[in-house]
Amino acid sequence: MNIILNNNSESFEKSEMSIAEILKAKNFIFKMLVIKVNDRIIKKQEYDTTIVIEGDNVVILHLVSGG
Amino acid sequence: MLEKLKNKTVGIAGCGGLGSNCAIALARIGIGKLIIADFDNIVSSNLNRQYYFTDQIGLPKVDALKTNISKINDNVIVETHYIKLTARNIPGIFSNCDIIVEAFDLAEMKQMLIETVLTVMPDKYIISGSGMAGWGNNNSIKTINFDKLYVCGDFESEISDVLLPLAPRVGIVANMQANQALEILMKI
Repeated sequence: MNIILNNNSESFEKSEMSIAEILKAKNFIFKMLVIKVNDRIIKKQEYDTTIVIEGDNVVILHLVSGG
Repeated sequence: MLEKLKNKTVGIAGCGGLGSNCAIALARIGIGKLIIADFDNIVSSNLNRQYYFTDQIGLPKVDALKTNISKINDNVIVETHYIKLTARNIPGIFSNCDIIVEAFDLAEMKQMLIETVLTVMPDKYIISGSGMAGWGNNNSIKTINFDKLYVCGDFESEISDVLLPLAPRVGIVANMQANQALEILMKI
């Protein structure tokens, strides 16, 4: 499938993937994230059950402390 | 050219290193109104990056920031909220803002504010900061944009015992947030 991930085109072999699978595939290991799929906020407890398919627009934003 | 700023309101969520410096920059260029919120009082360790003075130690940050803004530009209306921001009170406090600047310290607070605004207040612009501890590496600091959400920082430099938040990089990000706010305000 082809999706938009953080404003860039991204291709995966599988035709659908959970958010948890995408995090693993992209090696996003940080614990504090804001995740949006097509303008819907995905909470941590939904990472396994939220499925991303062809054409989806995914934002994975890494937040670190400091300010 | 900046006449239209007089009718604009920016919310500042947190008045530490990011919030105090961003608010001062917006006040200097003549923003109409700032709504500032923070539950904390000034301690001496804040002065390595935050826009306060030694004789203000112990004061609520929101009160000291309002004073400092008035000494620079007393035309700016400053509404203060001496309160810990939560998902419950954010929508009320910032309902009249054109833009909300996320200026917290802790990542979980940053996440809470972004998720709250994107979910409950989808018409608001948010300008967040993520990753600015330590020193050097100027060119790692950038702004990324998704719809009405902008995030400034290097997205990786987390504060720790050895990587402190310091005036130069925190100030860069705070002023990038102010600059992004100005760009949006001149457009809307």
